[in-house]
Amino acid sequence: MDLKDKLLTSYIAFEDHLKENSPLHDLRSSAIKVFEEKGFPSKKEENWKYTSLNSLLKEQYSFSSKTEGAIDFKDVKKYFLHNVDTYKLVFIDGVYSSFLSETTHDGIDVCLLSSALDKSKYEPVIEAYFNKAAKEDGITQLNTAFTKEGAFIHIPKNKEVDKPIEIIYFSTGNEGAMFLQPRNLIVADENAHVQIIERHQSLSSNAVLTNTVTEIFADKRAMVDYYKIQNDKPSASLVDSTYIIQQRESICSMHTFSFGGQITRNNLQFRQEGEHCDSILNGITIIQEKQHVDHNTLVHHIAENCESHQDYKGIFDDSSTGVFNGKVYVEKEAQKLDAFQQNNNILISDDATINAKPQLEIFADDVKCSHGCTIGQLDSDALFYMRSRGIGQKEAKALLMYAFANNVLESVKIPELKSRINKLIADKIGVSLGFEL
Amino acid sequence: MSKYTEDDLKKELETKEYEYGFYTDIESETFPIGLNEDIVRAISKKKEEPQWMTDWRIESFRYWLKMEEPEWANVHYEKPDFQAISYYSAPNGKPKYDSIDDVDPELLETFAKLGISLDEQKKLAGVAMDVVIDSVSVATTFKSTLAEKGIIFCSISEAIREHPELVRKYIGSVVPQRDNFYAALNSAVFSDGSFCYIPKGVRCPMELSTYFRINQANTGQFERTLVIADEGSYVSYLEGCTAPSRDENQLHAAVVELIAMDDAEIKYSTVQNWFPGNKEGKGGVYNFVTKRGICEKNAKISWTQVETGSAVTWKYPSCILKGDNSIGEFYSIAVTNNYQQADTGTKMIHIGKNTRSTIISKGISAGKSQNSYRGLVKINKRAHNARNFSQCDSLLMGNACGAHTFPYIEVNNKTAQIEHEATTSKIGEDQIFYCNQRGIDTEKAIALIVNGFSKEVLNKLPMEFAVEAQKLLEISLEGSVG
Repeated sequence: MDLKDKLLTSYIAFEDHLKENSPLHDLRSSAIKVFEEKGFPSKKEENWKYTSLNSLLKEQYSFSSKTEGAIDFKDVKKYFLHNVDTYKLVFIDGVYSSFLSETTHDGIDVCLLSSALDKSKYEPVIEAYFNKAAKEDGITQLNTAFTKEGAFIHIPKNKEVDKPIEIIYFSTGNEGAMFLQPRNLIVADENAHVQIIERHQSLSSNAVLTNTVTEIFADKRAMVDYYKIQNDKPSASLVDSTYIIQQRESICSMHTFSFGGQITRNNLQFRQEGEHCDSILNGITIIQEKQHVDHNTLVHHIAENCESHQDYKGIFDDSSTGVFNGKVYVEKEAQKLDAFQQNNNILISDDATINAKPQLEIFADDVKCSHGCTIGQLDSDALFYMRSRGIGQKEAKALLMYAFANNVLESVKIPELKSRINKLIADKIGVSLGFEL
Repeated sequence: MSKYTEDDLKKELETKEYEYGFYTDIESETFPIGLNEDIVRAISKKKEEPQWMTDWRIESFRYWLKMEEPEWANVHYEKPDFQAISYYSAPNGKPKYDSIDDVDPELLETFAKLGISLDEQKKLAGVAMDVVIDSVSVATTFKSTLAEKGIIFCSISEAIREHPELVRKYIGSVVPQRDNFYAALNSAVFSDGSFCYIPKGVRCPMELSTYFRINQANTGQFERTLVIADEGSYVSYLEGCTAPSRDENQLHAAVVELIAMDDAEIKYSTVQNWFPGNKEGKGGVYNFVTKRGICEKNAKISWTQVETGSAVTWKYPSCILKGDNSIGEFYSIAVTNNYQQADTGTKMIHIGKNTRSTIISKGISAGKSQNSYRGLVKINKRAHNARNFSQCDSLLMGNACGAHTFPYIEVNNKTAQIEHEATTSKIGEDQIFYCNQRGIDTEKAIALIVNGFSKEVLNKLPMEFAVEAQKLLEISLEGSVG
C-alpha cells in the first residue's frame, strides 16, 4: 500500500476520533477529497519540476505517536534561544509538551491550535481565518484534513508582543519513521507586532517527513517578523507551506535559513490585499552532501503602492542541489508597485547543481519590477588579495562566504538569533573566524 | 489646429489596416484538405522526391500521430483542426523558374507590393533571395553568382533532388523528427523552404534571404530551412514573412536547422510580420516554429529576430553549444498589440568548454496582448568556464496587456558564470513631455522611445532589414500608449 492509500485509510480512523459536530468536519472532508484527487506532487507539475518527493514516499511512516515522548530540557537546550526569554510552544512527535512550553493568554494568545479549535471562545477567529489563506493543492489540503495540533497565536489590536515566540517541533524517532503534519495559525490584528521563530528538529536518525502548513494574517499596520531555521538531520525532510495575507500598510518579513535536512521544500506565498504593504522574503541556504533545498516563492500583488523585496543567497557544496523558483505576480490594479527579486548562488563543488527560475508576470504598466539571478564562484581576485595578506585559503573563502550571506543576515532583528545563525554558518563553512558579525 | 490626442492616435492605430493584407489572385494548385499517409506520400511524389525522403516523411507522420499538442506555453487559442488544412498549395504552372523573366507578372507585382521587388533587390541591396509563396519556392535570385564560390542556395526540394547526400546527412540532425509536435508535423508535410551550404573557408559575399508568404486560404505553411556552414565559413541569412489578412486562422509551422562546423559563423535574422489578426483578435497566423542550431568548435550562431506579427507565436530559436569555445547569441524584439500573444525566447545548451552565450530580449506589449519570454540556460557538467549573460526587458503600454518572464537556469558546473536580469518599465510621461516640448509629436516620440528601447537588438540586424524592422515597430505600436 503506498503512502497515499495509507493516508486515505488512516483518515477514516482519524475522523472517528473527532467530535461529530466539529465545525471543521466539512472542511476536512472536502480537503481529503482534494488530496485524493491530486495526490502528492510529481515532477510533471511545473512547480515541482526540480524537486521529487518520490524517494520519501516509499518509507513506512507512522502517523501518530502512541507513547508520550519525554525529553529532558538539557538534551534539547541547544535548540532554544536559551539566553533570551521567549514564549515557547514545543511539540514532541506532534504532541504538545507542556513541560517544555511557556504559553500565555495574558492579553495575547500564544497557545495550541487544538484548544483553539475546541473552545467556543475562539470560534469567531477560527471561522474567520482557518484555511482561508491555504491553497487548494494536494499536499496543503492533506495537512488541512489531518489538522490536529500546532501553534495558535492571536495578537489583538495595538499590542506589541514583549518577547519572541519560539515554535519547535521535535521528533524522537522512538517509533521508527514518522510523518508529521503540524498546522500553525497566526493572526496579528491591527497594529499588532510579533516576532516568531519556527524550527523542526529530529532527535534520531530515523526518517521523518514533516508536512507543515502555516497561515499568517496581518491586519492593517501589523508587523510580523518570522524566522525559520532549517538545520535538521540528513534523515529528516520538510515540506513547508506558508501562506500570508496582508492588509494595508502591514509589513511581513519571512527569513528562511536552510542549512540541513534531506529534502527541504519551502512554499512561501504572499498575498497583498491592501495598499502600501511591504513584503520581505529573505533566505540563506548553505548545504552540502546530498541535501536538496527548494525555495518556491510567490508574491501576489493586488493593491496599489505596495512593495516586495526578495533576496535569496545560496552556497552549494558536494552533490547538493538548490532550487529557486520565485514568482512575482502583478495584477493590473497593482499600479505604482516596487517589486524586487534577487537570487545569488555560489557553487563550491563540481557535483552541485542549481536550478533557478525567477519569474515575473506583470499586468500593470506603471510598476517597477526587476529581478536578478546570478550563479558564479568566489571572486579569485578577492581571494588572492586576502591570501597575499596572510589569510589562509580556508579562512579567506569563509570570509567571502560570510560577506556573501551578510546582506540577508543583517536583516535579522533579534540579536541573540543573529549570533546563533552566525554560529550555524561558521559551523557549516567549517571554520571559526574568531569574531562575530 | 485641434490637439492630436492619444485617443485619436489609439483610434487611428486600431483602424490601421494590416499593410500586407492583400491577396494575390494567382491560380494555384491546392491539395484537398486533410492529412493522412496518402497526402504525405502525394506531397513527396509531387516534389519528385527519392524514396528515402518519402520514408522519412512517413516515419515523421507516424511519430506525429502519437504526439500531443503542447499546452505548457503561456498562450491560449483555439487549437487548429489539422484535418481542415490543405497541406500543399502551389502557384500554378511550372513550380520553378529559371530566371526572373519567367515569373508570373502578377506574382512579381505581389513582391512589389511587399516592397521586395526582386529586380530592385538584385540591383540595390545585393541580396540573394529565395521566395516561398504558400508552399513552393518560386524564385531564387543570384544563384549563378553564388555558384561561382561554391555556395549552394536553392529551395530545399531542389536540394533533395540535386544534393541528396548533404540533405540526407543533415536533415533532422539538429531538430529530430520527434522533437516536438509541430516539428514532427513539419517533417511529415513540409513542402518547401530554403537550403544553403557554404563550403569550407568561404565567406558568403552577400546576405542570403528568404521571403515567405501564405497566400491561399485554408493552407498551412510548413517550410523547412537547412543552413550548413562548413569549416571556417561565414553566412548571414535573412528571413521575412507576411500573409494576407483572413478571418480564419492560418497555420505556420516551420523548422529551421543550422549547422555551424568548426570555426564557422552563421548569422540568422528574422523579421516576422505574419498577419496578426484584426483589432478584435479575429484571424491571424498561428506561428509555431522550431529553430535550432548546433555549434562545433569555435563556431558561432547568432539569432536575431523581430517579431511583430502573428496572432499566436510559439518560437524558441536555440543554440546547442557542443564544441569548445563556441558562441551562441540571441537578440530578440517581440512586439504584441491588440489580442496578439507571444511566447518566445531561447535555449542555450552549454556542452563544450569555454562556451559563451548572450541573450538580449526586448518585449513590448500593448493593447490587450500577452508577451512572454521563456528561456533556458543549461550548463552541462563538463562545460567548464561557461559564461552566460541574459537580459530581458519588458515595456508595457496600457494596463490591459501583460508581460511575463519565465527564465529557467540549470547549472551543473561550478565554474559557470551566469547572470540574468529582467526589468519592466513603461514609457514615462516625462519622456513624452520632454519630446513634445522639443516639437516632436506624441506619435513620433513613442516611436523614438521604442526604438531606443530596442536599439541593442536593431543594431544586430543587417542594414536593409534594420530599416524595415524599425518601420514595422512603428506600425505595430504607435498610439497604443495609454
